[in-house]
Amino acid sequence: MIEGLTTALIATSRDVFAVSALLLGFQYFVLRQPIPQIRRLLLGLVLVVLGLAFFLMGLELALFPLGELMATQLSSPEFVFGSETVPESPPWWKYGWVYLFAAIVGFSTTLAEPALIAVAIKAKKASRGTIRPWGLRLVVAIGVAAGITLGAFRIVTGASLVLFVAVGYLIVIIQTAFAPKSIIPLAYDSGGVTTSTVTVPLVTALGLGLAATIPGRNPALDGFGLIAFASLFPMITVMGYAQLADWRARRRLMRAEKGTNP
Amino acid sequence: MARMFARRMWEAVRDLLPIVVVVVGFQTLVLRQPFPNVAELLVGALFVVFGLMLFVQGLEMGLFPIGEAMAYAFAKKGSLAWLLVFGFLLGFSTTVAEPALIAIAGEAADVASSAGYISSDEAVRSAYALQLRLTVALSVGAAIVLGILRILRGWPIQWLIIGGYGIVVSVTFIAPEAIIGIAFDSGGVTTSTVTVPLVTALGVGLATSIRGRDPLIDGFGMIALASLTPMIFVMLFGILRFGIRVGGAG
Repeated sequence: MIEGLTTALIATSRDVFAVSALLLGFQYFVLRQPIPQIRRLLLGLVLVVLGLAFFLMGLELALFPLGELMATQLSSPEFVFGSETVPESPPWWKYGWVYLFAAIVGFSTTLAEPALIAVAIKAKKASRGTIRPWGLRLVVAIGVAAGITLGAFRIVTGASLVLFVAVGYLIVIIQTAFAPKSIIPLAYDSGGVTTSTVTVPLVTALGLGLAATIPGRNPALDGFGLIAFASLFPMITVMGYAQLADWRARRRLMRAEKGTNP
Repeated sequence: MARMFARRMWEAVRDLLPIVVVVVGFQTLVLRQPFPNVAELLVGALFVVFGLMLFVQGLEMGLFPIGEAMAYAFAKKGSLAWLLVFGFLLGFSTTVAEPALIAIAGEAADVASSAGYISSDEAVRSAYALQLRLTVALSVGAAIVLGILRILRGWPIQWLIIGGYGIVVSVTFIAPEAIIGIAFDSGGVTTSTVTVPLVTALGVGLATSIRGRDPLIDGFGMIALASLTPMIFVMLFGILRFGIRVGGAG
């Protein structure tokens, strides 16, 4: 427990140390004027270090061991087939609990992802309140859930990773052409923030558990597939949600116009 | 003060609650097993809530204002060169010591030596791991520089991202096989929890302080760039180091 805290503290302090050094260095040598409220800023950095350390230690203490154990148990042949070994080509529907677990683990861990919280707060400010942080996080979480579920399905069936990723990016490109311009950068960014602190360890455990028990799967390669999906699908759901909201607003506007001058 | 504290706490509890429901639900309803250690679980959950509260407070007090303050300071000073240097150093320094990157670089060295690309000598392997880390850190620095230029010039992010993925796909065909998996993984590990808020605040701050730029359209997108460039840089590193792969299916 003490060890967990120390590692987490060292890891985040390194980042914060680099940032502080950069900040002070530029203040003294380049900008040559005091940065306002620098003490308060540095105190904020200390809070970030402490917060992340507690956050990570709590996860290590409570959730990671149990979650990883669960992922292994749910994908084990005894649980899925009631026997020691997995049949040569296992029917994909036998893994129902695994898909459900994948979906809700992806969903719930994304909601607790600190980097996503940060991006959501910024998105609210940048959009002057039209983007609600909790709503954005829900939509991203749905995307991660869909991505990881599909990723688990792909490991079970052994379908081509390249094919899935290529189709996914094709959808992203098509959506980019039609989605409201203001959502595109945020949608792209939300793909990158989902794969950090909370989601990766649990999802990796699930991927490794599946890939290790099903014959003919490669743990190293298939574990990666899940993470790739987890960063691909939020782009699709965020743009999709914006398209839906845009479409509904337009329809409402058209109805209102019809109402006023028939 | 007390009200803000209560709100932060409620938000942190709300953020954690779904995970607790999932774990408890699966353990009792599906796997039907008792909890191994209830006390540890409770203490852990408490730590997570407390940690999230501190983190969000630290965001508002430290990381966000720092990103914004630097953006405004550079915009006022009007020195593009120093802004780019700052952006590069920010990306480089927060990535090079990233624990997930160190872990992946070590793994990559093992993979490369067992595949016969480099000798299994300890010194050679750690040198290779260090080169990989420097490559990835360089690529994140370059991503921030590109992101800043994009904000200043108003380039649409989709052309950069889609073009970038086009490059990733084409380089995949000629990159040495042992490097490809690592290259894809390195895209996911670069955006740490400290870097994301800082870079986002810098981007939004720049887009806000430059006339004709929209914070939402121009301010975001740097995280996406920072998860894209490592893949390209690491595969190019592989090509420089081991040569172009000729033939053989990817």
